[in-house]
Amino acid sequence: MRYLPLDGADRRQMLARVGVPDIDALFADIPADKRLSGLIDMPLRASEIAVERELGAMAAKNVAAGSTPFFLGAGAYRHHVPATVDHLIQRSEFLTSYTPYQPEIAQGTLQVLFEFQTQVALLTGMEVANSSMYDGSTACGEAMLMAHRLTRRKKAVLSGGLHPQYADVAATLANMSGDTIARLALDPRADEDIIAEIDDSTSCVIAQNPDFFGNLRDLRPIAAAAHSKGALLIAVFTEAVSLGAIRSPGEMGADIVVGEGQSIGNSLNFGGPYVGLFACHTRFVRQMPGRLAGETVDAEGRRGFVLTLSTREQHIRREKATSNICTNSGLCALAFSIHMTLLGERGLRQLAKVNHANAVDLADKLAAVPGVEVLNAHFFNEFTIRTPRPAAELVEALVKQGIIAGLPVSRLAPGAGLDDLLVVAATEINAPEDRAAYAAALAKYLGGSR
Amino acid sequence: MRFTKDHEYVSFENGLATIGISDYAQSQLGDVVFVELPPLGVKFAKGDAAAVVESVKAASDVYCPVAGEVVAVNEAVTKEPSLINEDSQGRGWLFKAKLADPSELDAMMDEAVYSEFLKTIA
Repeated sequence: MRYLPLDGADRRQMLARVGVPDIDALFADIPADKRLSGLIDMPLRASEIAVERELGAMAAKNVAAGSTPFFLGAGAYRHHVPATVDHLIQRSEFLTSYTPYQPEIAQGTLQVLFEFQTQVALLTGMEVANSSMYDGSTACGEAMLMAHRLTRRKKAVLSGGLHPQYADVAATLANMSGDTIARLALDPRADEDIIAEIDDSTSCVIAQNPDFFGNLRDLRPIAAAAHSKGALLIAVFTEAVSLGAIRSPGEMGADIVVGEGQSIGNSLNFGGPYVGLFACHTRFVRQMPGRLAGETVDAEGRRGFVLTLSTREQHIRREKATSNICTNSGLCALAFSIHMTLLGERGLRQLAKVNHANAVDLADKLAAVPGVEVLNAHFFNEFTIRTPRPAAELVEALVKQGIIAGLPVSRLAPGAGLDDLLVVAATEINAPEDRAAYAAALAKYLGGSR
Repeated sequence: MRFTKDHEYVSFENGLATIGISDYAQSQLGDVVFVELPPLGVKFAKGDAAAVVESVKAASDVYCPVAGEVVAVNEAVTKEPSLINEDSQGRGWLFKAKLADPSELDAMMDEAVYSEFLKTIA
């Protein structure tokens, strides 16, 4: 097969067939002022050495997470990833494999996905998990759509403790499909009356635990209230390691559990690619989006693995597919699975304990700084502080001293009147001297600014 | 019994229409493993997707051949989807509807015309 660009005659023929005068007409839906009208202002050519030098200088302006005391969380967490993980995922059988449509040549990939699903189901306390979604926020949006299909209702109630970006993704999907969203105000106190928002038209309640501010929430009353109205509880987590320490969402009555799996086996990666975890009751499995690897036996009775329930997927059902997730985050799911296997159940519990202990130590140190208040009654490895100065300014000032102090809530919720709040995370990776340096820098900044 | 080109059938008795997929349709689908039926009371326009029949090969929509309101669904096929393979035009019916306009049936194929139609697509 030749692989040559199309010539003018080919293009004219295709445009005539489609019925448009020129290629620009295909972009009519994009507003003219959003389209590029000429070349981007950059040199047409440069030597490889010059490009490396320039891009290297640009990259050096970043403060690398690994080179500094780092206390940023809020949906993406810096954990230690054992070298074994990177070594194993780079085997070409894994690294270059595609969607395992052909079980006869993809047993390794299918078995990994099956093991991954088993781990996610055990972690979340649910019966069945899929072989991953793009990330936590899209898994959350897909869970909302799934609840709408199951209940034939169209209203989702979103907790004010849900990560604002997760809520934004759900709102975007609802906006496109014409569904209703009742979004409670972002509030660090975790005392919202979410149950009052559940009515007979409610399809699902979406609540996060630990919530965006780090609060531990008891999901059981919410589950009971939702179920009494025929609605489902979608439980969300952004920090998978927390499941090593707190009661699983399944045990608390969740119907669908979604979350971000980045914490286990995956680096920060500038925000992606990540791996969305998705689990539910078996009775909902046919409405679950995404791919599902299943265990079976071959013609000779030997154990094997296949993609199952794929009659609901887009390559068969086209636009009527349960979801149009094209490929899962297979490699990230593999990294998750390898790290989880290395940890084991005991290792995960131990890791969770260390995270919590480090966060408690940091909270104690920060609370001792005059003017600083830790807001959480209970937390896992992340908590929120109220500071006497705007949190965004504080973070900028501490960056100059090489400390990443956390996420100012105003970054994700500008204008919400929460400018004095800072979400702070501590993991196993923060050394005692990092925590001491943070508290000292904070005390110095606040003392000097008075 | 009346048929559509999409291989749904309607049998109309005592003012109630019983709707399902034809014997030809079940033979083409292969082993049916799951059936999703509409909720009671829902009103369909002619051509609306009303149910899903999933076999080992495909998940297919069943379109409501005539406008009407769902008054009964066949719980037996939900529990035992293979009933559709055994007897799709009998015990394997999907749902019953009160028709908005029974004269819509006149435009559908009767058994003789449908069997001729099947020969043209075989």
